[in-house]
Amino acid sequence: MLREIIARLKQGHRTMAYPKEPVSLPQRFRGYPEFPATVERSDARACAEACPHGAITCDNGMALDTGRCLFCPECAAGGLVSFTTDHRLAATKREHLIVRPGGEHHLARPLEPSLRSLLGRSLKFREVSAGGCNACEADTNVLSTIGWDLGRFGIQFVASPRHADGLWVTGPVTENMREALLMTWEAIPAPKIVVACGACAIGGGPFADSPETHNGVADILPVDLFIPGCPPHPATILDGLLRLIGRIEGT
Amino acid sequence: MSARFLTLHNGSAVPFHEVPRLELTAFLQQMIDAVDRGWRVSSYFGIPTEAGATLCCALSSTSDGSIALATADAAGSFPSIARFCPQVQLFEREIAEQCGLPAEDHPWFKPVRFHRAFVPGRDAWGRAAGEPIPVGVMDYYRVEGDEVHEVAVGPVHAGIIEPGHFRFQCHGEEVFHLEISLGYQYRGIEQGLMGGPDPRTPFRMETIAGDTTIGHMQAYCMALEALAGTRVPARAEALRGIALELERLANHTGDLGAIAGDVGYLPTASFCGRIRGDFLNMSAVLCGSRFGRGLVRPGGVLFDLGPAERDDLLARLDAAQSDLQGAVEILWDAPSVMSRLENTGTVPADTARELGLVGPAARACGLNRDVRRDHPYGIYRMAQIPVVTAHHGDVCARSTVRWLEAGKSLDFIREQLKQLPGGGCRNEAGSLQPDRIAVALTEGWRGEVCHVAITGADGRFLRYKVTDPSFHNWPGLAMALRGEQISDFPLCNKSFNLSYCGFDL
Ligand code: SF4
Repeated sequence: MLREIIARLKQGHRTMAYPKEPVSLPQRFRGYPEFPATVERSDARACAEACPHGAITCDNGMALDTGRCLFCPECAAGGLVSFTTDHRLAATKREHLIVRPGGEHHLARPLEPSLRSLLGRSLKFREVSAGGCNACEADTNVLSTIGWDLGRFGIQFVASPRHADGLWVTGPVTENMREALLMTWEAIPAPKIVVACGACAIGGGPFADSPETHNGVADILPVDLFIPGCPPHPATILDGLLRLIGRIEGT
Repeated sequence: MSARFLTLHNGSAVPFHEVPRLELTAFLQQMIDAVDRGWRVSSYFGIPTEAGATLCCALSSTSDGSIALATADAAGSFPSIARFCPQVQLFEREIAEQCGLPAEDHPWFKPVRFHRAFVPGRDAWGRAAGEPIPVGVMDYYRVEGDEVHEVAVGPVHAGIIEPGHFRFQCHGEEVFHLEISLGYQYRGIEQGLMGGPDPRTPFRMETIAGDTTIGHMQAYCMALEALAGTRVPARAEALRGIALELERLANHTGDLGAIAGDVGYLPTASFCGRIRGDFLNMSAVLCGSRFGRGLVRPGGVLFDLGPAERDDLLARLDAAQSDLQGAVEILWDAPSVMSRLENTGTVPADTARELGLVGPAARACGLNRDVRRDHPYGIYRMAQIPVVTAHHGDVCARSTVRWLEAGKSLDFIREQLKQLPGGGCRNEAGSLQPDRIAVALTEGWRGEVCHVAITGADGRFLRYKVTDPSFHNWPGLAMALRGEQISDFPLCNKSFNLSYCGFDL
């Protein structure tokens, strides 16, 4: 027992102060994208063609869809797009994931007041991995470790869908998991919400348009929170969640 | 190895037509003989043909670092050798499912991933084209008897983990047999690679199994570099090695914590959960991603390491090492923990050898195999990393092996950081030569990762075969449960921590 106590003292108290204090992110972290407002049409087109995931369009001025983007370093190397270390990427509407230079940086918005008062100070999710590569799952799991301590915000991942207020989806939704996903969704009592965590769950990610998978959960169920990234950084996930429950407001 | 197989070294390529095309029975007989002599089946797959399939087999030997290749043509169906060589039982089912070719006399002839064959209109089980293939629906083993009961779990499990279906045949608490049926994560990766590579290929490689991003990506790059004749700068090889060992450290640390959590020893569980994050953050120092996404690419790496980052990493490494020591050493000193880990989930060495287990799961049974030493590649050709083994094959042995390996990885990374070779970190990756076959093995944290790439006349993939270590090791988990208490399943499962998506592809 003594050894455990000594070990405990050595390890110290490690839960981070976030959201009171900013979270520390590595310099090379690729977060919210940035690119010039005026881009030559031909450059924008070249950039759009260079993106292997179809995240960049140039029909109405250049735009980048963070729901399709995998935040690859090659893109930044292309010269036009660069990634800031701003981890706040989550949004409550699909169209809010489209970034236009000079446009608003849309952040996730709180749930409707009626739903929020129904949930009170607790929010429970049932997670379903439907073709996820286990990276989104891993960085969701991380939030329950002592460093992040998700429980202090009243948010928890639970074993039974009957105990859940929402469905947390990772992966593009493989055809082989579609039915199990829908059954889990049905087992959650209404009212209920859906979170699409990661590029796969939002739009298929690296597996978009492949015959054995769907293009994310948004085509199948109504989504209340989109969390971009491949996988999203835990700070990105937490920012989205805390905004959803109204614990962080403003910028 | 008999002269009738062609041998080559890890990470090299040969013209595909030079690989011997044997008569089918001779081919199968030679496989059986070679496995009897201690070779392992690293990969066995089919390339669909008009009449059936060209079967291709890659065997590996720990003794002299060779990999042996041969092919044979099968029409209509192919004979199973699983009764003589249990290592191939899943490979044969996979060939049958992918090429639509029955494996004759297979003792457990069931689907692996529940999908249509790569060749339209063909089906190994004679299912009609329009008929749905419901995942997980197959004939499971049944132990009959009044007092025998069956427990079915999944695909959706209690925690945040991937889906799979488990059927236990039990007598009271005791498990007679466990059968594992997967396929829920099937994303069609291999079929999607035919005619590749394309710009999305590297991203799919990095997500075959998200926790083995570097392990699979390194194998992919080795295959492509062999096919194109690309030389990789020494500095890039060292950085790849550092990333691979960081990946191993993060996963071993996380699993040691999870094992402690499953026996209710919370100090180690919570400390390790956090320290795992420290290792992931070190990968992010390298390349911005906690999972090493975007670091490794054909020709080298996309991020160099400056002196500031190197010092940062060294400091983080020291801190994490002392935290890890404090967190894990108390585990071995707790008698209540040890009594739960010892003699639980034992896989006998003979069983492990027969099944062809890899990685820590094999080393915990005393099988001294590790790709980094047996088939050295990249930085491991210059810098050796000691191989750790244990003897009891139980949860305790698997935990010990992981703990000791973590220590070796820490030393290795520190050494590499202190003596990083100079020069650039990426060379231009050339275009792929036509009609060649390349084999690449790496030691991911779960064990041997094997990629085989074959190009056609147009220099594009005619076939690309991926074997995740989990493909070899899931049957090991099933064997570990025999005679155990069903309540020990989570503990046994954590000690293996196998990949669902890596298996399902
Ligand atoms: S979004 Fe990326 S990290 Fe998440 S499951 Fe998909 S491939 Fe894996």
